[in-house]
Amino acid sequence: MPTVSIGEYRFAPADTVDKFHGNQLLTLLWDDHLMFCAPFCLPVPPDMPWEALTGEVLPQLYGQHPDWAAVDLDAAEWTLNDEPFLPVAGASLREMDIGHKSVLRFRTPGVVGLFGAHF
Amino acid sequence: MNAISPAPRPKRLGLKERYAYLTRGLDWEPSYQPKEKIFPYTAYEGIRIHDWDKFEDPFRLTMDAYWKFQAEKERRLYAVIDSFAQNNGQMNVTDARYINALKIFLTAVSPLEYAAHRSYAHVGRHFEGVGPRIACQMQAIDELRHAQTQIHTISHFNKYFDGLHDPWHMHSRVWYLSVPKSFFEDAMSAGPFEFLTAISFSFEYVLTSLLFVPFMSGAAYNGDMATVTFGFSAQSDESRHMTLGLEIIKFMLEQDEANVPIVQKWIDKWFWRGYRLLSIVAMMMDYMLPKKIMSWQEAWEMYFEEGGGALFKDLARYGIRLPKYHEVATAEKDRYSHQAWSTFYQYNHAAAFHTWLPDEGEQAWMREKYPETFDRLYAPRYAWWAKEAAEGRRFANGTLPQICQVCQIPAFFTEPDDPTRISLRSCEHEGERYHFCSDGCRDIFLDEPEKYVQAWLPVSQIYMGNCGGATVPEVLDWYHINVGTDNRDYSGSPDEALWREWQAQKGRAA
Repeated sequence: MPTVSIGEYRFAPADTVDKFHGNQLLTLLWDDHLMFCAPFCLPVPPDMPWEALTGEVLPQLYGQHPDWAAVDLDAAEWTLNDEPFLPVAGASLREMDIGHKSVLRFRTPGVVGLFGAHF
Repeated sequence: MNAISPAPRPKRLGLKERYAYLTRGLDWEPSYQPKEKIFPYTAYEGIRIHDWDKFEDPFRLTMDAYWKFQAEKERRLYAVIDSFAQNNGQMNVTDARYINALKIFLTAVSPLEYAAHRSYAHVGRHFEGVGPRIACQMQAIDELRHAQTQIHTISHFNKYFDGLHDPWHMHSRVWYLSVPKSFFEDAMSAGPFEFLTAISFSFEYVLTSLLFVPFMSGAAYNGDMATVTFGFSAQSDESRHMTLGLEIIKFMLEQDEANVPIVQKWIDKWFWRGYRLLSIVAMMMDYMLPKKIMSWQEAWEMYFEEGGGALFKDLARYGIRLPKYHEVATAEKDRYSHQAWSTFYQYNHAAAFHTWLPDEGEQAWMREKYPETFDRLYAPRYAWWAKEAAEGRRFANGTLPQICQVCQIPAFFTEPDDPTRISLRSCEHEGERYHFCSDGCRDIFLDEPEKYVQAWLPVSQIYMGNCGGATVPEVLDWYHINVGTDNRDYSGSPDEALWREWQAQKGRAA
């Protein structure tokens, strides 16, 4: 519904991709690991290859979790914006339709956090 | 001219008649300008009012009496505040960790008191009916007075404790203060009827006990007599404010049946907005009061499930039901505070107060209060983080979180039926994607997306380069947070050192 207002009420969205200096925002969520209290939001170049994301970015984000060493990302199950997602080797984020403000959510079967607490 | 009947008055008037003579029929019918140009904001929200005089003021407080009462209260309050300062009242709190709860309250709420002053002055001008107009004008003055009192309190505690040196600057910049700021700006940019439903009814009537009661009893339990005195002084104002909240709702509902769905929609929205804002209060109650009063879960049961349940039973005769997603709030009651505290613990390097891990005694209390969740889900976190800290690896989260487009809180909440799964929600609007912490916040967005697409989200603003720079130290500098003194663990902080020094002094004096 439109906002009920005393005049025209139109505002440009504040977080469009053109404002991030060539980057786009990506939301990442590793299920069953609540040591990281919320999903991450970070700026990434759209031409970043999948291998750079999984090989460089993710270890930086999650490396301090003791589970990370046991993670086999090839066995991980991914969703992209709530739809099942199969990464393509060698493809960039853009080529895989991972657009601005996409959500990549993954679970790592068998690796489900510490103490049975999904922590 | 006016409408007072010329019939002879009895010598002594009852309170009700006296009040009517002093407050009604003092307006005039405009002849140079149409009424809708003088009161341009009362119709556009769709609320139909047929008779403004049907608004009843249960307090029947006239302006002259208002000034007299308030001046007397003010004299008493400042006498206590002065004596608190002269007698070093800050030394008598239970523990300096308590001051960190006060820091959040003072930095998050004081600017809202001032915003409330502005908003009530605005709607007080714009209501056509004299009843709600006077009630709003009085409240506008109350809110200004509360803001001033709290600034005096900030000024006092700022002499001794860190993090209170620049609250107004921080309010417009710091990520977690963007939560209360955006909440209030959402309300004050709405029309006058929605504003009153948001603040007077949903916040001050339905949810206020969850803020004020724990906070004021918490202060009393923890030896903070300055805050207790402020609480008592504000209490008579607050009961007037709550009554305005209930009266305006009943007034809208009684004036026209067509108002019911509009009011219900606002109650749904503002219940959820207010409830999300209270996540920080849940954390203050369970984690930040050295001497605890009741758990968040107990407070929720007493003040919302029982108190709120009775209220909505009463409103059912107008066709109003319990706010949407109240059952989600109830499902979350045994995790809310723990999830919020875990968030501040790991992002503490970017806050203007200290955190700590609950000690053995506190954990025993939590175990008793939260038998379903504490040992299973939260005690293991604290054990792990304590071990890490002891080995020189104090856990800190170095990556910015996804925050909710509506409430602006990091999306740390979990599914209503599964406290181990993050409840992230998303939607697309005009080709742009938006993320939310819950169905409640997503529904609010979908109802009026234009209001939220423009949101100033702290995380996005940092990545755009609008917050002082690309690194954490640059952003904290832009926030005016002093790293290592205002934030990080209480243990080892200047606050703690000062507190120990005071305890040692007391020991020597005894």
